[in-house]
Amino acid sequence: MSETASRLRGKDLLGIADLDAAEITLILDTAEAMKEVASRPIKKVPTLRGKTVINLFFEPSTRTRTSFEIAEKRLSADTLNIAIATSSVVKGETLIDTALNLEAIAPAIMVVRHSSSGACHLLARTCRAGIVNAGDGTHEHPTQGLLDAFTIRERKGRIAGLKVAIVGDLLHSRVFRSNVLLLTKLGAEVWACGPPTLTPPGLEQLGVHVTTRVDEAVDQADAVMMLRIQLERMQGGFFPSLREYFTVFGMTPERVRLAKPDAIVMHPGPMNRGVEIASEVADGPASVILDQVTNGVAVRMAVLYLLAGGGENEAAA
Amino acid sequence: MPIVMDRDRVSRTLTRIAHEIVERNRGVDQLALVGVRTRGVPIANRLAALLLTITGHQVPTGALDITLYRDDLMKHAVGPQPIVRRTEIPFSIDDRHIILVDDVLYTGRTIRAALNALNDFGRPRTIQLVVLVDRGHRELPIKADYVGKNLPTALGETVQVRLDEADGIDDVSIERTEGGPA
Amino acid sequence: MKLLLRGARLVDPASGVDGIRDVLVDGDRIALVAASIPAEAAAGARIVELGPALVVVPGLIDMHVHLREPGYEHKETVATGTASAVAGGFTAVACMPNTNPVNDNASVTRFILKQAAAADLARVYPIGAVSHGSNGEHLAEIADMREAGCVAFSDDGRPVATAGLMRRALEYTGMFQMPIIDHCEDRSLAGDGVAHEGFHAAQLGLRGIPSAAEDVMVDRDIALAHATGGHVHLAHVSTAGAVRAVRDGKMRGARVTCEVTPHHFTLCDERLLAPLIYDTNLKMNPPLRGTIDREALLAGIKDGSIDVIATDHAPHHADDKRVEFDRASFGIVGLETAVSLALDRLVHAGVIGLGRLVELLSVNPARILKIPGGRLAPGDVADLTIVAPDLMVTIAAAGFRSRARNTPFDGWTLRGGVAATLVGGRVVYANVAVPQAAGLAGRAS
Repeated sequence: MSETASRLRGKDLLGIADLDAAEITLILDTAEAMKEVASRPIKKVPTLRGKTVINLFFEPSTRTRTSFEIAEKRLSADTLNIAIATSSVVKGETLIDTALNLEAIAPAIMVVRHSSSGACHLLARTCRAGIVNAGDGTHEHPTQGLLDAFTIRERKGRIAGLKVAIVGDLLHSRVFRSNVLLLTKLGAEVWACGPPTLTPPGLEQLGVHVTTRVDEAVDQADAVMMLRIQLERMQGGFFPSLREYFTVFGMTPERVRLAKPDAIVMHPGPMNRGVEIASEVADGPASVILDQVTNGVAVRMAVLYLLAGGGENEAAA
Repeated sequence: MPIVMDRDRVSRTLTRIAHEIVERNRGVDQLALVGVRTRGVPIANRLAALLLTITGHQVPTGALDITLYRDDLMKHAVGPQPIVRRTEIPFSIDDRHIILVDDVLYTGRTIRAALNALNDFGRPRTIQLVVLVDRGHRELPIKADYVGKNLPTALGETVQVRLDEADGIDDVSIERTEGGPA
Repeated sequence: MKLLLRGARLVDPASGVDGIRDVLVDGDRIALVAASIPAEAAAGARIVELGPALVVVPGLIDMHVHLREPGYEHKETVATGTASAVAGGFTAVACMPNTNPVNDNASVTRFILKQAAAADLARVYPIGAVSHGSNGEHLAEIADMREAGCVAFSDDGRPVATAGLMRRALEYTGMFQMPIIDHCEDRSLAGDGVAHEGFHAAQLGLRGIPSAAEDVMVDRDIALAHATGGHVHLAHVSTAGAVRAVRDGKMRGARVTCEVTPHHFTLCDERLLAPLIYDTNLKMNPPLRGTIDREALLAGIKDGSIDVIATDHAPHHADDKRVEFDRASFGIVGLETAVSLALDRLVHAGVIGLGRLVELLSVNPARILKIPGGRLAPGDVADLTIVAPDLMVTIAAAGFRSRARNTPFDGWTLRGGVAATLVGGRVVYANVAVPQAAGLAGRAS
């Protein structure tokens, strides 16, 4: 049983790379308590009352943003959703200027999603508010990794020693990167599988088994995680067609049968049915995809609480 | 570390309180026990067992974590951030007589937070408070209905309650520390 | 006006000299070099006692800088760029044509030279564009630009776009015996990459520029140099493959030379992770590569495969760097950190000696560009750099003479620095931190 930290270091959550196993365990344990709030008639606790949390999304997102929004509201925070359409052509206000202007309303936390890897690190250095990375480019999506781990732990009781297969676009997926870091830190055996054109170099250095054969990855796995294929990748020539992708890498009921009988199938959403995952699998008994969504709120509540659940510097209790 | 209540004394005190609860509520009809985490929970469980012995009825018992309702969560304060644990109240509290149970009553802020939390679970008929020790120094107008022992203390002291379920031993002692209310 | 520099070590490999010498400067020329110059010969000269802790070398020449003028004066001007150069110990720089307008014609060339003359600090040798607008389609007016003062041709910022154009360019400039300087980068392989394709970029979610993007074009250019007999000079080589190809090409008789930047022989891509993750002052093209590549560059510096150290000084306004890594401009300044990095990381680290360093920073650039310099024999122009190899220097970007501050070396403490810089016998920079240089300071600009 890994030790649990008593607090998170730092004011931000920028990536799983910055968390150690004890901190990850703290977040997951706290998320368990938070999950219970969702089962109450009044799904609210006053913990972040009077605190402002800004959801600053430079990339469109409904699911992640609403998940954060619910989490913030359940903690009684005042939420502000700001969606900024950026284009590399339209220059407009710089990222730093946008954030510093928002600091004027003294948010406790800014939840940021951006299309550039490292954007959240830049903001964390510049802003007083805590920055929660809701997805930066192809770098990390730490709360997704945490909710995936929470879901696995909830179903399997542990993470250490489990075989987890992750299948899909490994190169461009920030969900993949966060999950790999987190699962290896907690002692799982990770198998990464995808087309060679979509596999980043050096994965073995992370302690990950790499294969291009789905059957090998899924064989006796405790959990199978499917990554979303972005249709633009086909335009980029990374693989010839969606049909071929599904044939070679798609999660079909036959492939699920190669995993352990009680294996779970996961997907961060939104799914491309018939591309990375067959409908029968997505809707089947092994699927925990909807649990992931529920757990997402609890995990995000835990993160917000651990980063901002104390007084603002000036408001000592 | 002077021990002010030993195992025997704790046991007799809880028995006495259980009888008082029955008497004041004319039985255990519509009663429910809610222990405030952490040490309020084993005390609530013991009271439930005592009430079962006395009345033959199983009084529903729950556990309440008030961390998310505290008014004193300090970011980057010295020391660890309070860990949030699960609240488990597997029954409706509407129209019930809730017996809130905690080990030590001090400033009253914990009970204030507990009252706010219970408010989010429903609308009890009444809320009564059991504490094993009342050490004084109230900062809010809160009082206990059932007190195990009144223990006047100085601000520089702390009351330590140890219970078998959590600490392997039953006793209450007073220790000297620095500083005032947490 | 006579100036006698006494008692320093003179390292002048082109003259075969490495030892304590007195150097007498008369006007803009070297008058006399001897173990001890008698008082009569030095009559009327200002005497400066330098001492053996200092080293006099032929003026350093940086053959790859971006002076940004005309068009990007908010980043740098010829005046600020040449001030930066002399503060860095450089008596001459060759400036790249990716200005606005591009230096693809004689009038832009003349404008740059006019600005340089007005600044009157380091000598400026413009490099003209290979193609109109550096668009990679038609040859620019090379002979005309040569007439105006260009010493070489390049489409830097971009590669020479096609093999066909490169061939024509090599043939054409062949008639003047001038080099084509190529920024080797196959755009279809590099794509929109921003960092070296490898483990670290993948971990950071940064799109990669594979080594192959440089290697395929290096191979192309060497093959064309063989085929045409022309001279190709490879800008800022960064990969082990490039070094190997150059070594091989030279052995087989191709007229190929190449340069390496101080940041490439000092840093690797793992620096992107720490101490400052996603530091945009680590973003340049070609990117910082892996350990194997850096080691190959050091080996090439040592064994002569690499001919020149050039900074690729690329000043940018803070606004262009204080953004997300993807959006940041490529490039860092280098004029005011090059000598310290070279002394600390090459000479003191035992990779090469001072003599070889002078070849890399003076003799070879002069030879490749066919410009005066690289030697301090009597009669040679008195462009010289006085170096303090044991001076402890802390890099302070806030104090740069350059208009720009984009360096990853701010705060670094390095062993070795510049004491003074003389152009045409005139002291254009004297480092107040070096006591002996104070004697020269009276005449510094």
